[in-house]
Amino acid sequence: MNAKTADKIATAVIIAVAAFIVLLLIGLLGYILVRGLGHISFDFLTSAPETIRAGGGIGPQLFNSLFLLVLTMLITIPLGLGAGIYMSEYAPVNRVTAFIRLVVEVLSSFPSIVVGLFGLLIFVNLFEFGFSLFSGALALTVFNLPLMVRITEQGLRSVPQAQKEASLALGLTKWKTITSVMLPIAIPVILTGTILAAGRVFGEAAALLFTAGMSSPRLDFSDWNPLHDVSPLNPFRPAETLAVHIWKINSEGLAPDAPEIAAGASAVLILTVLLFNLVARWLGRYMYRKFTAIK
Amino acid sequence: MDEIGLSVKNLSVYYSDRPAVKNVSLDFAAKQVTALIGPSGCGKSTFLRSLNRMNDLIPTSKVTGEIWIKEDDINSPSTDVVSLRQKIGMVWQRPNPFHKSIYENIAFGPRYHGVKNKKQLDQIVEESLTRAALWDETKDRLHHSALTLSGGQQQRLCIARSIAVQPDIILMDEPASALDPVSTAKIEELIGELKQDYCIIIVTHNMYQAARVSQKTAFFLLGELVEYDATDKMFTNPQKAETSDYISGRFG
Amino acid sequence: MAQSFERQKAKPHVTEEWVGRVYTLLCIFLLVATIFSMVYFVASRGLTTFFGDGVNVLELLTGIKWNPEGEPAVFGALPFIFGSFSTSILAALISAPLGFCAAVFMVEIAPRFGRKYLQPVIELLAGIPSVVYGFVGLSVIVPLFRDIFPGQGLGIAAGALVLSIMILPTITTIATDALAGLPSGLKEGSYALGSTRWQTISRIVLPTTLPALLTGIVLGIARAFGEALAVQMVIGNAPHIPRSLFESTSTLTSAITLSMGNTAMGSVHNNALWSLALILMLMTFIFVFIVRWLEGRSKI
Repeated sequence: MNAKTADKIATAVIIAVAAFIVLLLIGLLGYILVRGLGHISFDFLTSAPETIRAGGGIGPQLFNSLFLLVLTMLITIPLGLGAGIYMSEYAPVNRVTAFIRLVVEVLSSFPSIVVGLFGLLIFVNLFEFGFSLFSGALALTVFNLPLMVRITEQGLRSVPQAQKEASLALGLTKWKTITSVMLPIAIPVILTGTILAAGRVFGEAAALLFTAGMSSPRLDFSDWNPLHDVSPLNPFRPAETLAVHIWKINSEGLAPDAPEIAAGASAVLILTVLLFNLVARWLGRYMYRKFTAIK
Repeated sequence: MDEIGLSVKNLSVYYSDRPAVKNVSLDFAAKQVTALIGPSGCGKSTFLRSLNRMNDLIPTSKVTGEIWIKEDDINSPSTDVVSLRQKIGMVWQRPNPFHKSIYENIAFGPRYHGVKNKKQLDQIVEESLTRAALWDETKDRLHHSALTLSGGQQQRLCIARSIAVQPDIILMDEPASALDPVSTAKIEELIGELKQDYCIIIVTHNMYQAARVSQKTAFFLLGELVEYDATDKMFTNPQKAETSDYISGRFG
Repeated sequence: MAQSFERQKAKPHVTEEWVGRVYTLLCIFLLVATIFSMVYFVASRGLTTFFGDGVNVLELLTGIKWNPEGEPAVFGALPFIFGSFSTSILAALISAPLGFCAAVFMVEIAPRFGRKYLQPVIELLAGIPSVVYGFVGLSVIVPLFRDIFPGQGLGIAAGALVLSIMILPTITTIATDALAGLPSGLKEGSYALGSTRWQTISRIVLPTTLPALLTGIVLGIARAFGEALAVQMVIGNAPHIPRSLFESTSTLTSAITLSMGNTAMGSVHNNALWSLALILMLMTFIFVFIVRWLEGRSKI
């Protein structure tokens, strides 16, 4: 076979593979949406699930997922920003810093199930938070922190050195320089990354099985006092999230319409993650334009 | 001898043990413009950056020697760098206004240093912009982004920003090298005005500029101070052969 | 404003600087402390099986029978270890050529089209939650395999196929970065000699970027190795080494997922599950070190 024929064949194969990957995603999304969208209704999104009868909804699970996401981000963002700022601006160039980098890399590669088990030992048992939203949020924080640190570092590195020098030369402290000159410039990068991280948190299940729990107690959506047991806002109640619910009904669902519920819930999950992606993309592009168009 | 604004004694700067500035001693007069000239890589910018401890940002750098401003040694480890930098303004080669409004660019420093009163801030903004010959061009759009200004305007804004915090000394690192001739002329004119109040130290690669704006000139070569004298004397009758070679354009 | 810069400790900006430094240091300290306690707690739990309950390490690593509730209880985790390795390596074998082709497409063949369409597709694939992959695997791949091959359709093949899609973004992204980072002179030199694109790719690009491509593959394997729910849903969960790719089996993660909730803390069975978690953790270390080693090589 001569070189030109080989080149043509290889090119064809590569293009075919690329097309295949695009079709794969379309097929995946299409399958989930076609199977699931029909099942989504206002009632499905708001009513409680049924164990053995048909017609159950995913209301509490959807609420739990959103609430858990908010809790997680409330803990992750300040910690991740702080640690990221340290790594990018304060950490001296030495072996200790190199070691911390290795540690963060290891933490980011830990399987989420291991993070969940750690949460079970520490947050659920040792700190006695029990199977609760709070334990779940802490486990997800551990799972999410390395990513948040990397995003913050990336954002700060995108700030021109001249901006930092200009602020320092005016007699501002390093901390003030970071918070009022560098962070505002880094925000597009950090925000985009954070939203994508939020999407990841929203779909995570393995780290939650043994921390937030696999059951959802009866909730009273008219009681918004976080101290009450039946209040949806109580962070110390067990909470099954949407992703965990999908896993559970697939492996041990008894309701006759379990496959439809799984499909509907998957569609909701996918649509939410898609939304996160689109918002991140749009926001990133919008902010980028806002900063560059005036140059 | 004129009043001394800044006095440098035996200053050396090393980057990872490689010397970039070698044992330089220099006195800068207050209310005068001193130009630092020399071929690129001669250490003049490095020297300038060590005067307000900007080299602290480079982890591999090491600065030895003394830099006296009145009775304080800038280079002493116990010096409060943050307060020091407020007394020494700096202007860079490329204009680097903050990604904020024109007003905020000026008000940012004073507000941080304790001026909270809106009226007072307004006044500082107007005064600083006026001194930088930018008020007329910007007074109607103070709250527009500073990045909407032209390069020359941005550079004048950066000068206004640095004088807003009332420094004694202003360091300028080739402030006009990224600008067109018209903007350059404006900046040079501005420097002439500012020298009535400030000790200005300007690094330039342009000898005509040094001749136009400065009263004294220091010539650097390979990290060493070769010659330091009154500008007109230096350009008409240099003492050292290297200076004469550089000024007559034989190298650099 | 005071005239002297020296020794004015009580000034507000000194406190401000201190607050910032301490706050960020505290954050990073918390992060480091978390990982150390993680390693410590999982290890101490996982080692109890050997030192407290008297289970032999070798027996756990090489035994092929897992019967934790039997009399006597037997803890042979080899089926799980085998399941984890076979699914993740098989997944990488499927995914690596696809990822490499996608990267070549994006960098060499159609950069504009690739960046505009293929890149977002890859990012979206990365964003799909693992339970959704498990659900699709269970409702599409498993029935398909059931119809074509003998058996229930559950097993290593289904697990590996689901995982291969999940790790495709990891492999593709790293391969793309590696190809894009190649000095253009290298390729131009080859084209100038009259080589075709494929000759250039296979003789110049591929060998030069090999360490980086391997990095992507190892990261992919690491991700597949640690993935729990998607695999658990399609693997079948039978605790033995299967005789075919289409027979029910288990992985380390699926065994933990399935039984951790049903065993009492402190029981031998529970401790044995922690030993499996410890193996997962040790494998993570190994993967990270392989990646570091490969990264060191690709810089040369």
